[in-house]
Amino acid sequence: MTSTHRPSDGVVTSGVGLFADALDAQAVAVNRVDWRPPMDGTEDDLAAVATDPLRLDANRRAVEAMTSTQAMVVDVAPASELLGLERGQFLHAGPPLKWENASGPMRGALQGAAALEGLVDDPEDAIALFESGDSVSLEPCHHRSAVGPMAGVVSPSMWMWVLEDQTDGRRTYCTLNEGLGKVLRYGAYSPEVLQRLRWMSDVLGPLLGQAVRATGPIDATGILTQMLQMGDEAHNRNRAGTLMLLRDIAPALAQSGADAKDIAEVFSFVGGNDHFFLNIAMPACKLALDAARGIDGSTMVVAMARNGTEFGIQTAGTGDQWFTGPAQVAEGLYLGDYGPDDANPDIGDSAITETAGIGGFAMATAPAIVRFVGGSVPDALATSRRMREITIGENPRWSIPVLDFMGTPTGIDVSRVCRTGILPQINTGMAGRVAGVGQVGAGLVTPPANIFPAALSALAERTRSRR
Amino acid sequence: MTTTGFEHVELRRGAYADSVALLQVSKDVAAVEGVTAAQVAMATDLNRDVIAQMGFTLPESTPNDMIVAVRLNDESSLPAALEAVDAALTRASRRGDDGASSEIEPPRTTLSAFDRTDAGLALVSVPGASAAVEAADALDAGRDVMIFSDNVPIEHEIALKQLATERGLLVMGPDCGTAVIDGIGLGFANAVRPGPVGIVAASGTGCQQLLCLLDHAGVGISAALGVGGRDLSEAVSALSTREAMRRLDEDASTELIVVVSKPPAAKVAEELREYAATLTTPVQFALLGSGQPDLTSAAEAVLETLGRPVPEWPHHGETAQVDGGRLRGLFVGGTLCDEAMLIAAEAVGDVYSNIPLEPRLELGADRRADGTVMIDFGDDGMTAGRAHPMIDPTLRLEDLARTARDGDASVVLLDVVLGHGAEDDPAGSLAPAISSAVETAKAAGRELAVVVACVGTQDDPQQTGRQAEALAAAGAEVFLSNAQATRRALSLIGAAR
Repeated sequence: MTSTHRPSDGVVTSGVGLFADALDAQAVAVNRVDWRPPMDGTEDDLAAVATDPLRLDANRRAVEAMTSTQAMVVDVAPASELLGLERGQFLHAGPPLKWENASGPMRGALQGAAALEGLVDDPEDAIALFESGDSVSLEPCHHRSAVGPMAGVVSPSMWMWVLEDQTDGRRTYCTLNEGLGKVLRYGAYSPEVLQRLRWMSDVLGPLLGQAVRATGPIDATGILTQMLQMGDEAHNRNRAGTLMLLRDIAPALAQSGADAKDIAEVFSFVGGNDHFFLNIAMPACKLALDAARGIDGSTMVVAMARNGTEFGIQTAGTGDQWFTGPAQVAEGLYLGDYGPDDANPDIGDSAITETAGIGGFAMATAPAIVRFVGGSVPDALATSRRMREITIGENPRWSIPVLDFMGTPTGIDVSRVCRTGILPQINTGMAGRVAGVGQVGAGLVTPPANIFPAALSALAERTRSRR
Repeated sequence: MTTTGFEHVELRRGAYADSVALLQVSKDVAAVEGVTAAQVAMATDLNRDVIAQMGFTLPESTPNDMIVAVRLNDESSLPAALEAVDAALTRASRRGDDGASSEIEPPRTTLSAFDRTDAGLALVSVPGASAAVEAADALDAGRDVMIFSDNVPIEHEIALKQLATERGLLVMGPDCGTAVIDGIGLGFANAVRPGPVGIVAASGTGCQQLLCLLDHAGVGISAALGVGGRDLSEAVSALSTREAMRRLDEDASTELIVVVSKPPAAKVAEELREYAATLTTPVQFALLGSGQPDLTSAAEAVLETLGRPVPEWPHHGETAQVDGGRLRGLFVGGTLCDEAMLIAAEAVGDVYSNIPLEPRLELGADRRADGTVMIDFGDDGMTAGRAHPMIDPTLRLEDLARTARDGDASVVLLDVVLGHGAEDDPAGSLAPAISSAVETAKAAGRELAVVVACVGTQDDPQQTGRQAEALAAAGAEVFLSNAQATRRALSLIGAAR
């Protein structure tokens, strides 16, 4: 028979084992699919999307747009200049959120930011301000080309990394990382937190900006390529990336002519904060994923984000629509006396790293992270392989040495999540449930399952309307 | 935060473990009986703060020291607690025994399987509602697909076949029971020799009948491509049949294309004939229908076209003679049932069925009627949620026993379909059931005649000769040709043409 592919090369079987057995008996190589029923009630939507003539090419283009994006760090400047953020305007992590639905750490971070901006003297007074809603507004970071870890609160005076796709001038933004423990992004707002933020605006931001401009564009995507080979998965482990960044800007910092004491403080702050590069990894991922937005027929997830109350996703084929469900509490290990009752539900835009195929998806390259849930190295390897079951492709630039340089699983496919029931695995920090507490632990979390059938249904609706 | 009980704090200079490992160590130690709180951590400022907040008093330290801080109900628990710290630290520093190896989980989707191998084809037999999705994976991988699943919504089938047509790929099915490609039997398929005939079949058992008759006549096939029972309907408009014909036309070893189908839509049949005229390879149609040749005649016509002699079709055993009465056909093959109904209708008029030739002849839920009855146990309506009767004969055997008991019919017509995928030994259960049915009827003072069409080849795993002899020994009269078996059954009730 005329075909390039022939059953004598092997047959993939799904369903009744008997037919696979019959092929075995004829000495044909059989590859058996471990098929299981899809998520409840998704069959028709899955079939509509599967037979959409646009889908295959749309997903191919989405992955290509994403993996070919080169994110360059080009500047550091205040949010007021970069985003035109005005007094009283606050950005936050995750899908849209109202103050009355905001969780403890989100409220704590907003209160701290209000005090930082001088809207109130005491962060406690900010509660009344946000309750009244007068002269303050909340908006997701994602709606302003930005991402923020944990609470992700951005106020006008905060300095931000600027990442740019130099082929088309698109930009994304993220604040500077404050370190671990009692920090604003985990909902802490004590005087030391605000003092650190002021230093970041007065010293750290301006010096970094000067150093970046003097160094010239820094290849964030390239650093990600290297750090993945050095034990970082770029979400909960950013050690190598942080040091590589420091290496790149150190000469310009030394030559900046700034006060030596300030330069030394910048060095020790950055060098002492293993998560410093996270705030570059995140906007680099967003820049890549934004390149895949607005592709009709694509079932690829372009954002996963949590606001501490809800978990939301957006897909390439459904515009700016959010599909949301209740955020889950991570499973992991706790600092000190803290326990599961102290933890807030999942929060932060940092799941943009998993959306781009690193973080939990690159677990195999950072086996230490798997111990957050008492796992093992084989678990880490299995996780990265399992994530490949729900992604469209692999990233040719970001590879995992221990998996024989398999590319990171890239482009979460809403269909495949619904078909397999395998949920994206996210590595995350845990914020305290109560405003002001800060970090209580770290662990692993998944999105609420129901948001994937919801996104699928919207994709299927669009498919049907094109017929 | 309580600070009662016994506290123990020590510094371990030069000891190191990463923070994640130490979180686990702390958790393990905290779980020891008598321990109310435990923190084992490197003495960074952050960790010192955390431990101080827990109420411990800390000595001077550097960030390279490890702090072990435990709070106990009383001092007696201390040795156990420290032992637990050491044990947990040892565990944390040790690589898992199977650190390097990890079993690779099997693929969860058809596309994932194609990512892992160079397999050339997909065979889908998942529940109908999910079949199009797995099949679309094969098309994404640039592979043809055979869909055995039935109960696939027709709109899924149309969309899938349109997609395949755009990409020059072949969708065999849904509800495609049989295909033979490169000599490999897919689904229910008979072991046949290679040869000049290329078959396109919108009918699984129709295809099998043709394969077996040609094999008996010594003629092999280049390929048998199934297209699914609905392909020649107006809705699907033969998308797969055309692609299959195109493939066979391009195949140098195919000298004659035979298109087999249950009764097709007239318009589609007409268009296919026009399409066939554009091909280089001659095409012969075996489209079942009222007034059309049966499958055996079609096989004979193929042999004539090829200039091969038509043999005597095999026949085993002899059944009891009956005097009139009713005929009840119990089929596992849908096309064999259709063929029998078409032949019987010419002799007796109305034939009642669950897949009737006309809607008014539809059987009720009890599957009984005052007249000739033919039942297809492989129809969608009888397989939802259960295995095909070629795999699970239970329902048909029950019907046979009931028929014998109630005296509903004096002649029972059965088909037995052999080949890859079918039961290992259908006669093993059917022969005793036939003997028992004949006995039951006799005990009630009736005669029950049993006629069987046994569709198989000598090379099939079940060996058709052995199966036919076992059935004949049980009192059945066994034919290779379903048409001959049907005519014999009709003659027994005195209704032969």
